[in-house]
Amino acid sequence: MISDITLGQYIPGNSVIHRLDPRTKIILTISLVVILFIVNNIVGYLLTGVFIALLISSSKIPIKFILKSIKPIYIFIIFTAVLNLFMTSGTYVFKYGWLHITYEGIYATIIMALRLIYLVAGTSLMTYTTSPIVLTDGIEGLLKPLQKLKFPAHELAMMMTIALRFIPTIVEETDKIMKAQSARGADFDTGGLIKKAKSMVPLLIPLFISSFRRADELALAMECRGYHGGEGRTKLRQLKITPLDVKAFLVFGICSAICIIVGNLDFIKFFR
Amino acid sequence: MIEIKNLSFTYEENSQPVLKSVNLNVQEGQFVAVLGHNGSGKSTLAKQLNGILLPSGGKVYVDGIDTSDEKLLAALRKTVGMVFQNPDNQIVASVVEEDVAFGPENMGIAPDEIRRRVDFSLKTLNMYHKKDMAPHNLSGGQKQRIAIAGIIAMSPKYIIFDEPTAMLDPSGRKEVIEAIKTLNKEQGITCLLITHYMDEAAQADRVIVIDDGKILIDDTPQLVFANVALLKELGLDVPQVTDLMYRLRQSGHALEYNKLTVEDCANELSKLLGDPEKYKKIGE
Repeated sequence: MISDITLGQYIPGNSVIHRLDPRTKIILTISLVVILFIVNNIVGYLLTGVFIALLISSSKIPIKFILKSIKPIYIFIIFTAVLNLFMTSGTYVFKYGWLHITYEGIYATIIMALRLIYLVAGTSLMTYTTSPIVLTDGIEGLLKPLQKLKFPAHELAMMMTIALRFIPTIVEETDKIMKAQSARGADFDTGGLIKKAKSMVPLLIPLFISSFRRADELALAMECRGYHGGEGRTKLRQLKITPLDVKAFLVFGICSAICIIVGNLDFIKFFR
Repeated sequence: MIEIKNLSFTYEENSQPVLKSVNLNVQEGQFVAVLGHNGSGKSTLAKQLNGILLPSGGKVYVDGIDTSDEKLLAALRKTVGMVFQNPDNQIVASVVEEDVAFGPENMGIAPDEIRRRVDFSLKTLNMYHKKDMAPHNLSGGQKQRIAIAGIIAMSPKYIIFDEPTAMLDPSGRKEVIEAIKTLNKEQGITCLLITHYMDEAAQADRVIVIDDGKILIDDTPQLVFANVALLKELGLDVPQVTDLMYRLRQSGHALEYNKLTVEDCANELSKLLGDPEKYKKIGE
């Protein structure tokens, strides 16, 4: 049951997107998010949509995975859509008592929904094509310049590495403790919310205690292997910006420039 | 060479000393097993050898490095590697080769050299084919071999194994002990194995028995396990083979005492029983 949770969502592959340096992917993903908020009209969004679709197709990630990643936020999309649809004032399409729908509302709804869908599709494209460890390396690489300002970049990356490493171990242990407590008569499945929350206590306490013990032993083992923080440390895997990354930046730059320009042309702006 | 001179150790002041003026020398290339029941001080002794714990009295030298010299701690950790009981709690990274690289990365070695060392140590431990796997998908014995590979990649001269098989199933135990023997025989690494299992200790060159913070016996396994009565008195077991021979001798059979392997024991017994063909016929 809980032992089959997937770690991250990485789908191995060898596409152009997979081969990009993780730092490139992180920077471009952040840029994409920013662009989504700069673009301001429907044509701009359709254009951005085409751009994202092209990215997805070049990553060779099956479209169903992208759809799967959008699924968890559909309630959120519906919620914002309803708010936008009924709360925006402007030219009425429909009015009944205090309930009204305006042209502006419909327009804002469509734009907001597209924005959210693109946001999730774009960011999940990054997590689908980059393994968690490589992603951690990328984050460390990007944050490294901040180390001069005493920002703990290496420590942050090490924490993420250890968290990734121990998630499956602790999931396994949770499973074991649950079974052991069930054998002693603990009931995790029935009852209301409060009873269920209470039943977590005999699960969480042993889990915490054993995690502290693990942390202690891990710290000792790391010290024995010469760990002394990030200073003077080298890495097995070197991050390297290749011509492919340069090309990616160029293509992305041109496409996003077009999206931004079109997305801000005033004559396409129908409303507001 | 590891030199322990008059070492005593107390965890907290005014409490009972865990180690009481221990003197011990370990030559390079030896495979030493350390036996003792729980609380005898054997793990404490191991932790003294790479400066995790520092002596309350006396000195520990490894290749002339004083373990209490803080400036030389990095050099000490490079020279003396340590493998612990629970493989899960000593693996740092979520990919096998990344974990093996952890030690060399800490030492600040160039990436090409790290790659070479990682490949070499994984091949030495027969785990090269698993280099891209996630550790949690490996068996206990395999995980422990990864932990050992991580130490080998730091190319230490000495490795302390602190009950490395205590949490493993029988096949995992066998894998790990074979690996330790290979490292000792082929790479010439000095191995110090702390263990509960007598059959593991029987495979060492030298067996040290610790009781109540003192070294009680220090001899070849043949001679140590010959002293069955004393070991039993200390609450230690003897290898099953030795126990069988001991009991047979007690009941008046003329048997050699220094047989430790199953094969030797079988030969010895067949001598006692005479022609094996005879029994085959009865069996039929």
